[in-house]
Amino acid sequence: MPKKVIEIHGLTKIYTMGEVEVRALAGVDLLVDEGEFLAVMGPSGSGKSTLMNILGCLDRPTAGTYLLDGVDVSKLNRDERAVIRNAKIGFVFQSFNLLSRTSAAENVELPLIYGDLGWSRQKRRKAAMEALRRVGLQGREHSHSSQLSGGQQQRVAIARALVTEPAMLLADEPTGNLDSRTSEEIMGIFQSLNEGGKTVVLITHEPDIAQHARRVVTVRDGLIQHDEKVQQRRVDTRGIAPPVPPVAAEATP
Amino acid sequence: MKSSLLRISNITFVGLRAIARNKMRSFLTALGIIIGVGCVIAVVAIGNGATKSVEATINSLGTNYIMLFPGAATSSGARMFTGNSTLTADDADAIKAECPAVAYVAPTVRATAQIVAGELNWGTSIQGVSVDYPLIRSWNVSDGTFFTDQDVKSASKVCVLGTTVADNLFPDGQAVGQIVRIKNVPFKVDGVLEKKGGNMMGQDQDDTVIAPYTTVMKRLSGKTKIDMLQISAVSADQVQEAMNEIDGVLRQRHRIPPKGDPDFQMRSQEEIAQAQTQQTGILRMLLLCIAGISLLVGGIGIMNIMLVSVTERTREIGIRMAIGAKGRHVLLQFLFEAVTLAIVGGALGIAAGIGASLAVKYFLQWPIVVTPTSVALSFGVAAFVGIFFGYYPARKAAKLDPIDALRYE
Repeated sequence: MPKKVIEIHGLTKIYTMGEVEVRALAGVDLLVDEGEFLAVMGPSGSGKSTLMNILGCLDRPTAGTYLLDGVDVSKLNRDERAVIRNAKIGFVFQSFNLLSRTSAAENVELPLIYGDLGWSRQKRRKAAMEALRRVGLQGREHSHSSQLSGGQQQRVAIARALVTEPAMLLADEPTGNLDSRTSEEIMGIFQSLNEGGKTVVLITHEPDIAQHARRVVTVRDGLIQHDEKVQQRRVDTRGIAPPVPPVAAEATP
Repeated sequence: MKSSLLRISNITFVGLRAIARNKMRSFLTALGIIIGVGCVIAVVAIGNGATKSVEATINSLGTNYIMLFPGAATSSGARMFTGNSTLTADDADAIKAECPAVAYVAPTVRATAQIVAGELNWGTSIQGVSVDYPLIRSWNVSDGTFFTDQDVKSASKVCVLGTTVADNLFPDGQAVGQIVRIKNVPFKVDGVLEKKGGNMMGQDQDDTVIAPYTTVMKRLSGKTKIDMLQISAVSADQVQEAMNEIDGVLRQRHRIPPKGDPDFQMRSQEEIAQAQTQQTGILRMLLLCIAGISLLVGGIGIMNIMLVSVTERTREIGIRMAIGAKGRHVLLQFLFEAVTLAIVGGALGIAAGIGASLAVKYFLQWPIVVTPTSVALSFGVAAFVGIFFGYYPARKAAKLDPIDALRYE
């Protein structure tokens, strides 16, 4: 029995807009094993974004339970959720969301600064360098975001997500701002990280991109409509080194 | 503990970098504080210098100095000095003869006139005094001699010039022995006084002519009464006793009962100094209020820019929160930024204030005194302003919702 990374039961989210109640999630159940590569699909308005916010511990469900890596995170307050995000989730966003005028290595170091790890500057820097190497960015560690291409920026973001060795990578439309060739490259990185044992949850509305995952769930009207294995998986490892094992250093205390 | 210190240092660094990125804006933001602190430092330095100098001037009167004016001290009813002096030269003689605690008495009368020497002329004040005057003021002649008691008794037409007058009337420096005309009366110049310099009330003490009071009364002012007595007690600790004795003698001579309002008033050097200190104290409070207001305005400037900065960096705040920054991390980051702005502004302000004080000293020859207290105080106030006005924007940043912040364009 593989360990469960995500265990969701009866997840409900209701937004109150004045008098009107909007039911964004209407009782979602979802189980994700360690080492899975899951794509969440769905049109806009389907509740996909709400699910992503709750999965990412950015928001709390109105009802239902959410166990992330065995921890019930559905009742945590702001600061507790910040700690969980730091330790257990690696975010990759559509618009990269790197700090401007900050070098790649410094961007990657940032989660380590906020984590209560007590690491020395040297140790943080070493971990950041290692994470950048894993996404194939050695040699660009000191480049600022503005000096990097979109694909390279997204690689920095992936390195930043990796550096704390989180329980899962949560990628929200990671290829939305990239051309198709670069998109393939980025998906290749996710695939190779997944080969190395990382759990990856990918939020996307593009079927092509979702085909890189091993399992696809489709959300519609606040419920999971389909949950199926990917039959013809697209594998893309163009320009990527063979799967890299995780860093030897233990990132989590 | 170690890790939280480490984190604080990291967050400080983050804040500092934001300042370095927006150099011009950071400088303009800090400018309010720079000006505020600079004003405080300069005002206090100049104020302290003025106080010191006034103190020095008053102390130069000597600690046993007493002034005696005609007229009533402000008292119940509306009795004020009407201009009719009741003091006479005989009062002065009586005080000197009958008061053992009194060392010297100089009756003083004042006049102003245009003084002519050859083709040059100079308008100044003329003080008629007795031979005790240089002893009371410890002010000697640097050239020639002071006039004698005989000159006073016979109302001789002799005088002693202050250096300013001597320089203006006799540019070649040969004043002693020359004749000057005051209101067409020829006076022989017996001597020139030592240079005393200006006092802090802006008066040039050397711009004066000293003559026997008898001569001034008779030849120049036509007054029969004395304007003021300048008195010296035997020693500093006998000042009060001397004042009591003088009070007794004058009441007797002017037939004023012990409980009645006297027709004269006395001021010791100590009282003059106190009054003066009070005056400069009020002035300084006023200036410090102005400086305080400019610091307040500076603080509002910091708050304003910090609010703009928080809005501008909403997305950055969202990113930081998404990857694990707690509310207080964000709060500290922005608070450190504001405090750093204020402290750097404060440091620059101190430098600017000292610079301005030195410029004032150099160009206006005003004395200045920069005290470590004022430097420490304004630095502390600057830091406080940073915390006070930085807190609100920082809290606003810390309370942002990460989802909204990430979506912010």
